[in-house]
Amino acid sequence: MSAFLTYLLNGLAVGCAIALIASGLVAIHRVTGVVNFAQGTFAVVAGLCTSSLLGLGVPHGVSEAAAVLLAGVAGLLTGLAAIGRPGTTPLSSLIITLGVGVLAYAVEIVLWGDQPRSAPGLAGSVTIAGARIQTQHLLVIAVTAATFVLLALFFGRTYLGKALTACASNPYAARVVGIDTRRMGLLAFALGGLLGGLAGVLITPLRPISFDTDVTLIVNAFAAAVFGALTRPVVALGGALLLGVAETMAAGYGYGSHQLEVALGLMLVVMIVQASRRSAIHEEAV
Amino acid sequence: MIDVTDLVVSYGTAIALDHVTLAVGKGEMVALLGPNGAGKSTLANTLAGLLTPASGTVSGTVRVEGRLALVPEGRQLFPDMSVADNLALGGWRSGQRDPAPVYELLPRLAELAGRRAGVLSGGEQQMVAVGRALMSRPQVLVVDELSLGLAPNITADLAAHLATLNREQGLAVLLIEQNARLAFELCSRAYVLESGQVRAEGACAELADDPRVASAYLGGAIT
Repeated sequence: MSAFLTYLLNGLAVGCAIALIASGLVAIHRVTGVVNFAQGTFAVVAGLCTSSLLGLGVPHGVSEAAAVLLAGVAGLLTGLAAIGRPGTTPLSSLIITLGVGVLAYAVEIVLWGDQPRSAPGLAGSVTIAGARIQTQHLLVIAVTAATFVLLALFFGRTYLGKALTACASNPYAARVVGIDTRRMGLLAFALGGLLGGLAGVLITPLRPISFDTDVTLIVNAFAAAVFGALTRPVVALGGALLLGVAETMAAGYGYGSHQLEVALGLMLVVMIVQASRRSAIHEEAV
Repeated sequence: MIDVTDLVVSYGTAIALDHVTLAVGKGEMVALLGPNGAGKSTLANTLAGLLTPASGTVSGTVRVEGRLALVPEGRQLFPDMSVADNLALGGWRSGQRDPAPVYELLPRLAELAGRRAGVLSGGEQQMVAVGRALMSRPQVLVVDELSLGLAPNITADLAAHLATLNREQGLAVLLIEQNARLAFELCSRAYVLESGQVRAEGACAELADDPRVASAYLGGAIT
């Protein structure tokens, strides 16, 4: 039972990191209509940057904050490349984000090499109901919870957040009232960068990061974001937690080499059931 | 306030506005009539600066004096947001977020402030759209299809509010309408737009007596 609880709590922590990346995907897609396939890159850049800064003796807190900010700048630059030119279609922008991801590989190899890097996180562990969980895992869960609360407050209570929501709700109407939807799109990309960066600095102490880690991250985050129809961050959070728990359970119970396949297979089943329920409801409504 | 000279707007090879010349003076209320596809909304979007380089090419002169606000066709609200939030976003351009002056003019909006815009009736939504445009404290208001889909009494109520604004605050209004009767009641001058061209213009009283324009009341072509 304690093993199950341990896997569950660890899985929730992994899911939280996925949720942060997925929420960045959702934020960008809601405002711009673009699926940002460079989203995993932001986490990798932040993770590698933290590793370097800590290695140079920069204290904890400052290293992580600088890495997250760098990821935010990377997000903004990706946004400039993807939507900076007026009239770029979402499909063209998606292809540009794929290109940015490939370019990032080269830059990351030049700057950090091709070997995985790690960074020290919070040391120690705590025991909850007989289950042992690393403190860093608890930190990931706490930071993710706080981030989602802050995001809800930002989008629901602040004028700027409401303007971003307006762009997602009705881009034409947003332009009618004078909101610069392109600038808001860039802001969404920067926010996506910050969220991806936050995920990166949180997971680097848990699993080493290398230039190509973004593939695993984006596959998971994309599955979670699609679970929330790329528009609902809270549903995406649920999908991410399900993925994280399924992966950790698969690894814990001896299917470590297939954990991603198990988790994505489960997600596929859930989405098929979800889709069939939606179509049944639609038929009843008709 | 609005001075358009020789305006041509095209989408690829399709010409939406063909050498349109039109003016709205300070404190004036002018109507723009025309059937569907005449280019009325293209003109509204051009005046509001909403045509992107990707969507159309523009030539000619468009001069707007003072702040212009658009009440777009189909209301175009933010349906999941409250009326209060819709109004607040209307002040994005001017930086004015206090809805009190709009509530004073349209007291019903104060009662609806907490309701989601998407669940309101058509008339209430149109009122929100007008209120949202007024939040930017405009000197010129372009109203695209005020009466579309609304009951006559609701349209008359909204039209009365526009007339009050025009009379008491000197707000210049370009009323883009298919309902010529309403437009002629409210406005002093009118233009008739068909297939992207101004086919008739003049005082509303004169245009109402013009048999060619009378046929346009019923949606027929002006010959």
